[in-house]
Amino acid sequence: MSAQSLNTPLVLTRRRPRLAELAFNFAIRACVFFALGFLLALLAFVVYKGWSRLDSRLWEGMPTARKSRIDTAGVQSAILGTLWVVLTTAAIALPLGISAAIYLEEYADNRRWYNRILELNIQNLAGVPSIVFGILGLGIIARAFGLGFSVITAAITLALLVLPTVIIASREAIRAVPSSIRHASLALGASKWQTVWRQVLPAAVPGIATGSILAVSRAIGEAAPLLMLGAVTLVLFNPDGFDSVYTTLPIQIFNLIKAPFDGFQELASAAIVLLLAILLAMNALAIFIRNRYAKKW
Amino acid sequence: MVNDMVTVMPSSRGGVEITPQEKVPNYREAQTVLEMRDVSVSYGAFKAVRHVDLRIGEREITALIGPSGCGKSTVLRALNRMNDLVPGASMTGSVTYHDQDIYASQVDPIEVRRHIGMVFQKPTPFPKSIYDNVAYGPRVHGRKLSKAELDDVVEEALTGAALWDEVKNKLKASGLSLSGGQQQRLCIARTIAAGPEVILADEPCSALDPIATSRIEELLLELAKKYTIVIVTHNMQQAARISDRTAFFTAELDDDGERFGRLVEMDQTTTIFNSPGDRRTADYIAGRFG
Repeated sequence: MSAQSLNTPLVLTRRRPRLAELAFNFAIRACVFFALGFLLALLAFVVYKGWSRLDSRLWEGMPTARKSRIDTAGVQSAILGTLWVVLTTAAIALPLGISAAIYLEEYADNRRWYNRILELNIQNLAGVPSIVFGILGLGIIARAFGLGFSVITAAITLALLVLPTVIIASREAIRAVPSSIRHASLALGASKWQTVWRQVLPAAVPGIATGSILAVSRAIGEAAPLLMLGAVTLVLFNPDGFDSVYTTLPIQIFNLIKAPFDGFQELASAAIVLLLAILLAMNALAIFIRNRYAKKW
Repeated sequence: MVNDMVTVMPSSRGGVEITPQEKVPNYREAQTVLEMRDVSVSYGAFKAVRHVDLRIGEREITALIGPSGCGKSTVLRALNRMNDLVPGASMTGSVTYHDQDIYASQVDPIEVRRHIGMVFQKPTPFPKSIYDNVAYGPRVHGRKLSKAELDDVVEEALTGAALWDEVKNKLKASGLSLSGGQQQRLCIARTIAAGPEVILADEPCSALDPIATSRIEELLLELAKKYTIVIVTHNMQQAARISDRTAFFTAELDDDGERFGRLVEMDQTTTIFNSPGDRRTADYIAGRFG
């Protein structure tokens, strides 16, 4: 005998609107719209404001402090300064961070107290405000090591700043490689190092690359620690070595906005557009790599 | 081969009955390749397998059977030091390979695994080309091979694993593009190419359909002409079909109520299936437990 009584009609259509569901649906859409809308408004504003300066003068001209020269000024030394600093940062942070991640994931014995302390402190380090790294750079790298206000000081400081991010992202990528791959390799008579180098790392490269690009893009946008490290000065020439004085885009934008004259704000807006374009391009590359090399097992 | 000599048929008791048609020739004379003496394996404080003694004969197929939790996979992994990879695992007793203790302090487990290879339950091709999968062993062993010589090793291994005809035109394709059964044969080819004497197989067919399973079984029978094979299986018919000798394990409770695995008996497969020496073996084979 069926549970459905013969007397009551079978109703499958919705009887009343589900208010809670509708309200929740609306709320989450509003949140997304708010976040995205804010970003778009910001972008539209800087593009509008900097439109008149978004041309070759931006990368061909040098910064200036003089009102009379603002029409031909640009941010060339800051663009090249950013490139120098960030490439050096990557050259320091990536090998260190990836090696540390390999140690922590593949070699460190979690039951040892010192390895657990190491892990905990890497997590903590990731949460340290960047200005604190600036003070560390000033006190130890610039002064104690005598490296001064140079590209290398900035790069070492930024490398320390992004190192925890690189380590954490690389560890996650390495951990995502199934242990069956490791066991299969070891069962064929491969050594631990061969297994890591030939199987684990290649399989983890997409994840490591994604994390590394995001870490480096953070370094590009970072201004706070560099305020401490001499990047604030007006630099009228391009860096030519690791010991060279330098300025970077975020710092240059900060300088331009401070200036109380017409024309400086527009140049600052144009520089912001350039900085955002670089950051968005790097993030897009990270997403592309992540999707292109999605998990194969 | 062995499957020609025994017939497997469903018995009236619901289990399996084997009719030996001929004695396995030279059984007693088979050279001992691997021997376990009083082996116990612990994971942390838990002694998972206790007091196992067994002998693996040269170019024989030895099947390890028994209910789940009886420690047969643990015993298998103890034979090529794969248990070393399990954190907290430890072992007492001795495992000898051609009379050398493979757990002696001067022994390199990497060398042990080059002689005693392993095929796993789930096919685990590397996310690389079919060619690179098979060439992996020779490459990591540092063998100085020319391109042509390596090509030969790969072809020979794939032929040996009955996979060559299916993949010869797509050696550059990913190992993961193959079907499950093909992947498992690729893993066997990869193991062969590493040049071992012994192949350990841990339930190699349990993730495969019946057709792929029978191809793997045929392959193992063929490989037993050249290699010594130890196979863990939960499938009694499989043990009966392909093995020369069978070791029956079971799980028991000790005085503290802890479950542990032990070897009940080991004998010629026909003996184990027809006239087992132990009541528990008979019950398991008749399907009365497990």
